[in-house]
Amino acid sequence: MCPAGTPAALTAAIEAGADTVYLGFRDATNARNFPGLNFSRDEFSAGVTGAHKAGRKIYVAINTYPKAGDPGPWRRAVDDAAVLGADAIIVADVGLLEYAAKTYPDLRRHLSVQASASNAESIGFFQREFGVQRVVLPRVLTVNEVRDLTRDISVETEVFAFGGMCVMAEGRCQLSSYITGRSPNLDGVCSPADAVRYEPRGDRMACTLGGYTLDVVAKDEPAGYPTLCKGRFQAKGSASYLFEEPTSLDAMALLPDLANAGVTAIKIEGRQRGRAYVSRVVSAFRAALDGANSNVDPANLDDVSEGMRGTSGAYRKVWQ
Amino acid sequence: MIQPRPPATLVLGPLLYHWPMADQRDFYFRMADEAPVDVVCVGEVVCPKRSPLFRDYLPKVIERLERANKSVIYSTPGLIRDGQELEDLRGLISDTSLLVEANDMAAVSLLAGQPFTTGPFLNVYNEDTARVLGRQGAVRLCPPAEVDGEGLATMAAAGHADIEIQAFGRTPLALSSRCYTARMNGLTRASCQYACGADRDGFDADTVDGRSMLCVSGPVVLSHGFINLIGMVDQIRQRGIHSFRLHPQSVDMVDVAARFREALDGTLAPDEALAQMTETTPFGAPPFIDGYYRGNPGISPIPN
Repeated sequence: MCPAGTPAALTAAIEAGADTVYLGFRDATNARNFPGLNFSRDEFSAGVTGAHKAGRKIYVAINTYPKAGDPGPWRRAVDDAAVLGADAIIVADVGLLEYAAKTYPDLRRHLSVQASASNAESIGFFQREFGVQRVVLPRVLTVNEVRDLTRDISVETEVFAFGGMCVMAEGRCQLSSYITGRSPNLDGVCSPADAVRYEPRGDRMACTLGGYTLDVVAKDEPAGYPTLCKGRFQAKGSASYLFEEPTSLDAMALLPDLANAGVTAIKIEGRQRGRAYVSRVVSAFRAALDGANSNVDPANLDDVSEGMRGTSGAYRKVWQ
Repeated sequence: MIQPRPPATLVLGPLLYHWPMADQRDFYFRMADEAPVDVVCVGEVVCPKRSPLFRDYLPKVIERLERANKSVIYSTPGLIRDGQELEDLRGLISDTSLLVEANDMAAVSLLAGQPFTTGPFLNVYNEDTARVLGRQGAVRLCPPAEVDGEGLATMAAAGHADIEIQAFGRTPLALSSRCYTARMNGLTRASCQYACGADRDGFDADTVDGRSMLCVSGPVVLSHGFINLIGMVDQIRQRGIHSFRLHPQSVDMVDVAARFREALDGTLAPDEALAQMTETTPFGAPPFIDGYYRGNPGISPIPN
């Protein structure tokens, strides 16, 4: 499962060996609602045709929560995904899932990570009520827990293996709206770029969000993108990366374990990243997956990771 | 003809911090005896490791609250991971005769077909979701803080369930499988030694240049500032919202509840109530915030 924020990235993902590419429409209906990113309806339609010709699939993320009183844009996104030939939609909101299930019963519905379903009972609810056929698991479970859960449920599981990593349970985080007024759940953005500033402070560089300092680094030190969960805070008399260092997820070394855990799909994050990132990461994962049982030496992707460093996050219990 | 307003309901939300057990018991006893609240939520929503500790005190607390004519709600955890946490939730829901507050869709699933409420950890953002939950049995929904006043009004007008607003105290902003209090103390969640017990109302996380921002209680991150909507209770009720959640804090919650009650009853002007709470300790320490209600960044303080 590979990301595409542009038609060029979609082509790159398919060429690099993606089985499925997921993308969003160019509006607030998806969780990467960034300027200049995502697909117009025409671009989407062409993308579906191209992908299907190559024997690959296209999923559409419609995974923000419809604004109260204004379900129109979200329903239209479901309508267009269905009519223009999407292979599945990825949805988080209960109300929108109901709309999709009633209106397009034959269109596959996947439960977005933004729905934060991390147990068999919750997943069972979405399956029973809305016929969800796959769940994208939030990054709160260890590999062993993923294995047990996958065994206990009758919907497919999909897990993130690479890319930007939420430290908080996805879909349960309002840190961005607390500082900027805009959030992943409501607006499809976390730490919107127009609220970010990098400003010199003496001989150092400050990274700020909405006017609040989230880190101060030496000028030759790489400055992470200022999200609250990877910011440096002062607490109990010392400054530290209280929630998480500026790292991103890299679970390539765990691919054999995830495969043994029975997951159906391995997901790469990064619809906001360029085609070079997509080519590089998708190729590396394709190669690793094709050799998943032969102990291949995993490619080092640190140079394309945010923060230049990878972590396997909650997949290992010691992280928690 | 003027429609009579439904009565206002004051809800004391679940405790989001790890107070010593005897303190918790005494707190609830005092709320039972003195606080003019209608509903009291008990139960652990932040960390499953804290849950068993209060269990011995719970029956007495519930009895005292019910004797004082409070409705008691059993609040359930905000994050349920598969395995033991899910089993514990199943046990809790099958054993209790109390109304249960769902904070994860697992609880909604287990409660379907009987009356229940939802708390701020459950994603309720619009009237379509409210309708689905109402059909499952939800009678009152307390959406996440980032839903603004207009959004809450839209949901209230749809009439699928009563809408509750977070009106006082630190609001939960995020939760995680990682325990940040443990991390702060060089420990992990599994080996935490209940380090959160050392922090009364969580610990402050300020920016590196010293501005107040967040507060941390184990795996939950909260606003540092207290939400306080007491000055706007009339407008909120005109919007069809009649339930007001007060998050327990280490301030005089009896006094907080009394002021809200007076403001709601019309015996104390809301702006006067706010002025009193702003000027007098013990409420004066953190800045009061109301940004989310107004559709602004949540951290925004109440404008002068």
